[in-house]
Amino acid sequence: MKIVVAIKQVPERDAQVHIHSTSNWIEEEDMQWALNESDAYALEEALQLKEKHGGEVVVVSAGPERVGSTIREALAKGADRAIHIDCDDLNQRDALGVARLLSEAIRAETPDLTLTGLQSDDLGYGQTGVILAELLGLPHASLILHVEKTEAGLTVKRELEEGWFQTIELPVPAVLTIQSGGNKLRYATLMGIKKAKTKEIRRVTSQDIGKVAPPVVVLERISVPQKQKSTQILGGSPKEAATALVEKLKFEARIL
Amino acid sequence: MSGVWVVLEERNGRIARMSWEALAAGHTLGAQSSLSVNAVVAGAQTDSLAGEIATKAVARIVRLEHPLLAVYTSDAFTLALEQFIRAEQPDFVVFPHTYQVRDYAPSLAARFGQVLIGDVTGIGAGPVLHPTDKDPSVGTPVFVRQLMQGRLNGEYSHSGNGTCFVSVQSGAFRADQAESAPASIEIFTPKIEQAQIRTKPGQPFRGSAQTVDLGSAQFIVSVGRGIKEADNLPIVQELATALGAELAASRPICDNGWLPIERQVGSSGQTVSPKLYLAVGISGAIQHLVGMKGSQCVVAINKDSDAPIFEIADYGIVGDLFEVVPALTEAVKSAKH
Ligand SMILES: Cc1cc2nc3c(=O)[nH]c(=O)nc-3n(C[C@H](O)[C@H](O)[C@H](O)COP(=O)(O)OP(=O)(O)OC[C@H]3O[C@@H](n4cnc5c(N)ncnc54)[C@H](O)[C@@H]3O)c2cc1C
Ligand SMILES: Nc1ncnc2c1ncn2[C@@H]1O[C@H](COP(=O)(O)O)[C@@H](O)[C@H]1O
Repeated sequence: MKIVVAIKQVPERDAQVHIHSTSNWIEEEDMQWALNESDAYALEEALQLKEKHGGEVVVVSAGPERVGSTIREALAKGADRAIHIDCDDLNQRDALGVARLLSEAIRAETPDLTLTGLQSDDLGYGQTGVILAELLGLPHASLILHVEKTEAGLTVKRELEEGWFQTIELPVPAVLTIQSGGNKLRYATLMGIKKAKTKEIRRVTSQDIGKVAPPVVVLERISVPQKQKSTQILGGSPKEAATALVEKLKFEARIL
Repeated sequence: MSGVWVVLEERNGRIARMSWEALAAGHTLGAQSSLSVNAVVAGAQTDSLAGEIATKAVARIVRLEHPLLAVYTSDAFTLALEQFIRAEQPDFVVFPHTYQVRDYAPSLAARFGQVLIGDVTGIGAGPVLHPTDKDPSVGTPVFVRQLMQGRLNGEYSHSGNGTCFVSVQSGAFRADQAESAPASIEIFTPKIEQAQIRTKPGQPFRGSAQTVDLGSAQFIVSVGRGIKEADNLPIVQELATALGAELAASRPICDNGWLPIERQVGSSGQTVSPKLYLAVGISGAIQHLVGMKGSQCVVAINKDSDAPIFEIADYGIVGDLFEVVPALTEAVKSAKH
């Protein structure tokens, strides 16, 4: 089975974020970057499918030069090769624009299966995988925790709300968006890191891929949310704060 | 163009609460742009749903009906709504941001060369205030949605003349109470063939048997990724024991297998409403908040004073949980003596 996994580099979870002076994106300088969380699960699912059924895992990522480090991480975990769509203006594109870039690279690979994460941790559109399926003319299923290959195609486990699930059967080729938690994630081994250095990363520029349609939806401005509710912050040393909290819960909230 | 159309969704035979919130968002848009507000509901049998909508303030109601819409599939729903939207050419199509909507609305919008503005928390009146704005066109709506897992807000505008697709976050708009004279109800029958439906969905089923009932717990200590490792869990367990509380968690803790999934609170886990919900090292992403915001009193312990959890917390301690939690356990113990 040939599997393409779309992986996105996003700011590391605990990184400080500051709004850029243009006020429509964050300060990228000095930022620490990481592989998007649900994409790590998508990659894991792909690697496990390959271990079971053979085939190839290709990762594709659109972004500026810095995304190379995330691509190498995926190669070190076991992806076979990578496509890097070099593109400096991700944040000015809407979800359709990014999906168009990815779809052109993926179409040329004719994979049996394309996996994306469910949602990116920075922009959080939760759409790119579903749009990809539409652009590629393929069936899709979203919020997937587990994938099984069958005679006819795939049987997948989909998460519904409030602890409910459902299985879905669909033919291949198909696109799935992967939810976190379906598998245990692997770490890159030293051996893997070494091997990654010899693996192919093919670079294409976004211009190679085609004309950019102007975005339909524009991120105009970002801001820090205004506090709506006044939380009583209890200060002092940990011990003082803890004591003050217990007092409040006892005498003010009256729940202890 | 034919105004604002709100796509309402059914849950257990009735219009779901989030759909009424979407209708409220539709009214906000309608009022801003002086457009009529209309409702559409898709399914195999929608007469009673349409009846439910008829008492609300909507101009027209369309029952998008076809036997192949009995069970949700993205193919059938996308086809049905595509045909309806081509016929009606709405200015705005508004959805509740449910799991179902996230599964098909992005494809639907893409068929029109459009992009869903998803999970919107607020709608303001334009122009968008931006230093590089040259020609701010007054009256265009500004859509606010969360970025960076709720740490930032983004303001979005829609450009061009096509239909604007929007979905709204659970709890962001207050469900519409406005009632009016019964609206006209029409039926639209889309053309869908079985062969166009490529996926075969199975019956929904529940996860593993539930052995803890967080829903009725009075005290809950809930732990998030700030705990760093499974080996650190005993420090929150001790606090829970001192309080006589159940232990719960955010999703990553259960994803990692550190606590069983039945202890997960949030949109894909349990919904809880204890007297006290003590969130330890939890950032407060919307999918977590929807599961616990009904709690009587929320306490947050987090090292980041900007963490969104402080938006809904009554009391907060900004600090390192590895220092604060043991101190709190001691304080609770001595208070109980
Ligand atoms: C469709 C969907 C469904 C989802 N369903 C759920 C769900 O049901 N439940 C759920 O919880 N999530 C759910 N999520 C995930 C959700 O979006 C968040 O990713 C998740 O809630 C984050 O968990 P967290 O707050 O524990 O981790 P993080 O967001 O990583 O936050 C960790 C927090 O710990 C703090 N911290 C770190 N170290 C310390 C320290 N030493 N002392 C004090 N504080 C510290 C940090 O400041 C940070 O605020 C869902 C997501 C999607 C897309
Ligand atoms: N620039 C990108 N490069 C590669 N994959 C991406 C990119 N942007 C989004 N994706 C994929 O699409 C998923 C959903 O992203 P989003 O629609 O932004 O929430 C991510 O989890 C990735 O798998």
